[in-house]
Amino acid sequence: MSLAEPSLPSGTTETVTPRRAVAPLRRLQEMPARQRAFVYAIGAILLLSLTRVLSDAHQLTSPGTSGAALRLAVPLGMAALGGVFSERAGVVNIGLEGMMILGTWFGAWGAWQFGPWQGIALGILGGAIGGLIHAIATVSFGVDQIISGVAINILGLGVARYLSVITYTAGTGGGATQSPQITQKISTVNLPFFAGGELLGWKSPNILGWLDRQDWFFVSDVGGLLQGLTSNLSLVTVLAMVLFPASTWLLWKTRFGLRLRSVGENPTAAESLGIAVYRVKYVAVVISGAFAGLGGAYLSLVASNIYREGQTNGRGFIGLAAMIFGNWKPYGAAVGSGLFGFADALQLRNAKAVHALLLLVAMVALVFAIKALLEGRLRQGLFSLLAAIVFGLWYLTSEEVPSQFTSFTPHVVTLLVLAFATQRLRPPAKVGEPYRRGEAH
Amino acid sequence: MIRRAAVAVVAPALAIVLALAISSLFLLLAGVSPAEAYSSMWSYGTQSDSLVSTVNRAIPLYISALAVALGFKMGLFNIGVEGQYRIAAVVSAGLGAKLSLPGPLHVGAILVIAVVVGMMWVLIPAVLRITRGVHEVIATIMMNAISFGITAWLLTGPLQGKTSGTSLILGTDRLPASAHFPNLNRLVELFGVELRRGSNLDGFLIIAVLLGIGYHLLVNKTRFGYELRATGYNPIATRVAGVNSNATILKTLLLSGGVAGLIGMAYLLGSSPYRYDTGFPQQYGFTGIAVALLGRNHPVGIAFGALLFGFMDRSSQILDLHNIPKEIVVIMQGVIVISVVIAYELVRRYRQIQEEKAVSREPVMAGVEAASS
Repeated sequence: MSLAEPSLPSGTTETVTPRRAVAPLRRLQEMPARQRAFVYAIGAILLLSLTRVLSDAHQLTSPGTSGAALRLAVPLGMAALGGVFSERAGVVNIGLEGMMILGTWFGAWGAWQFGPWQGIALGILGGAIGGLIHAIATVSFGVDQIISGVAINILGLGVARYLSVITYTAGTGGGATQSPQITQKISTVNLPFFAGGELLGWKSPNILGWLDRQDWFFVSDVGGLLQGLTSNLSLVTVLAMVLFPASTWLLWKTRFGLRLRSVGENPTAAESLGIAVYRVKYVAVVISGAFAGLGGAYLSLVASNIYREGQTNGRGFIGLAAMIFGNWKPYGAAVGSGLFGFADALQLRNAKAVHALLLLVAMVALVFAIKALLEGRLRQGLFSLLAAIVFGLWYLTSEEVPSQFTSFTPHVVTLLVLAFATQRLRPPAKVGEPYRRGEAH
Repeated sequence: MIRRAAVAVVAPALAIVLALAISSLFLLLAGVSPAEAYSSMWSYGTQSDSLVSTVNRAIPLYISALAVALGFKMGLFNIGVEGQYRIAAVVSAGLGAKLSLPGPLHVGAILVIAVVVGMMWVLIPAVLRITRGVHEVIATIMMNAISFGITAWLLTGPLQGKTSGTSLILGTDRLPASAHFPNLNRLVELFGVELRRGSNLDGFLIIAVLLGIGYHLLVNKTRFGYELRATGYNPIATRVAGVNSNATILKTLLLSGGVAGLIGMAYLLGSSPYRYDTGFPQQYGFTGIAVALLGRNHPVGIAFGALLFGFMDRSSQILDLHNIPKEIVVIMQGVIVISVVIAYELVRRYRQIQEEKAVSREPVMAGVEAASS
């Protein structure tokens, strides 16, 4: 079963050739990817500050919100990175959720037994074991990858429940559905100069915090957002942030990465070049599980201080969504996770800010509409315009958004991305297809 | 023929043995004797009350597995059954409580609402798949999460029932007696079994059996079923042969979603509190995938799978009394899923090798015969 549809969907007459665009847009299109991302980021923050001013929802760009967004984004990001590794090697990993559950349980248990860092290590190990099972089933036995993933989700849930019952018995402070409180925390740091971090015992100035307090349009918003991303960082958060560039480097600049991706694109050719396809797939899927496990351990040890049943709450699936949003690339996955984490953070912190999000969505849709119309994509432009009007009206006529709605924002966004940007997404060519060694002729 | 039947039995049997073995390891980890655990499960599970309960538990699993199997038959994976049945249950419970109709009509109306909502919930993934080529697995996973969110919202808002004073559990209004599904206790008593008070055989069993028969007829005896299976075997050849694959995908997913809408009805219409609340049973959709795999998408096989899972659920209830965590059953079920697909794959490979050997022998034999005559 392949996740990539081989043929273009019938019934659509769109062509893939680039359209004529007006001058500024063309300049944007021709920019290097890194510069373009910078322009987009500036544009996004501009819209965000505009929304803040218009809706008077100061929480939108406060350091508290961006800090919470980061803490909520890290588990998603780890699951998404796990997805990137596995799917780049051609193995669909629906089992991320189950591996993450194993990570939450083993993380909390390890921290309770030995200490917080040992907990993180055991969480990673727990997820990796889940990955190993997935690899055995899908690589060695060629079982349908989605079925194996579903089974691992059931298994992860069952194992975590069972182990809770037998380890967190009476007197430990835990129980059948939760672990004891983990008292020891992993230490946090502030970035020196920018967020007032300590440097060899000297307390450096907090530039971003000062900016945040000035209440200047845009500048203070940037200050507030960045301060949240640079202060009170758990060391695990720093580690997680480093893992994105590290993964990009590993996958695109090393021999191992080239092999891993070649196995996902064309295993037959890879094998004919002497690559041990099974071994590469095994390593990739185990790494994938380890990432999911790290995300899980982060949930129980950094984002909270306890293991609870249902703690992952579908985050493995959201991670999968973030990976698709990010076009099977680490940085894209990071942007997706950040976006979904941001929506989640607003929901937790402030109902007014969630309401302001409607205005933001309306403005983003408007920008999309203008861009699409300028580029000559009439249908998409009109649809975006309609969306902008609907969200604008919703914002103007309502007082608040039901909190349950924000819980599935990531999923709606993913469906929209899949519906309207499928031509831009490029999954690995052979993802989802079982491969048997030596069968190619 | 006998060999085919043997193959059909060998793989699930292997899977169950493996599941028992791995569960035994987990039981030993907890310092429990596996033999004691299994024997107490068996003796409790085979009591007449337990058997009735096993059948009751098997009913929603059977319907769920049928919904999944319909998709599997043509190579579609409707992983969104979970979301489909939950939103169908909450909407039909909420709207059903507002209706006032005479008995059978009331039940019928609720069932129709459930089927329609189930279909509507799968419509978006179906349309995305047909028009945009979005894989149905991803789309239905996303729709699951949206379903859970909207279900929670419906319970706190539009479909929220009057809470009865002290109760903090959110739920829809209770369904009136006209919407209750009759039980089959008479049938049980016909066999001379006395049921304990409060224990019923769900009448929805009849619907489940009818659905199973309908599934068999649809898949094996109709033109549509033929096209469906043909698409499952070889989508490209079927399309070249002139079958409109988009229409088949749409119809199959809609049927699957409609059947999924009925999963929650056995509980909703058949047992107290006759409403959808936050305690409404979950996970039927995901367990249904396991049951469909176990039964190899065959209506009778699925029935055995559903009964097995129902039996495991019921018989595990005794374990708590022996201080054995009953959660062992979830591990068992997870292991069964993964080992049953591995077992089928091994059997398939074994048969392939056998066939290849047979083929490679044939020309030689023919040559020998020609020479000797």
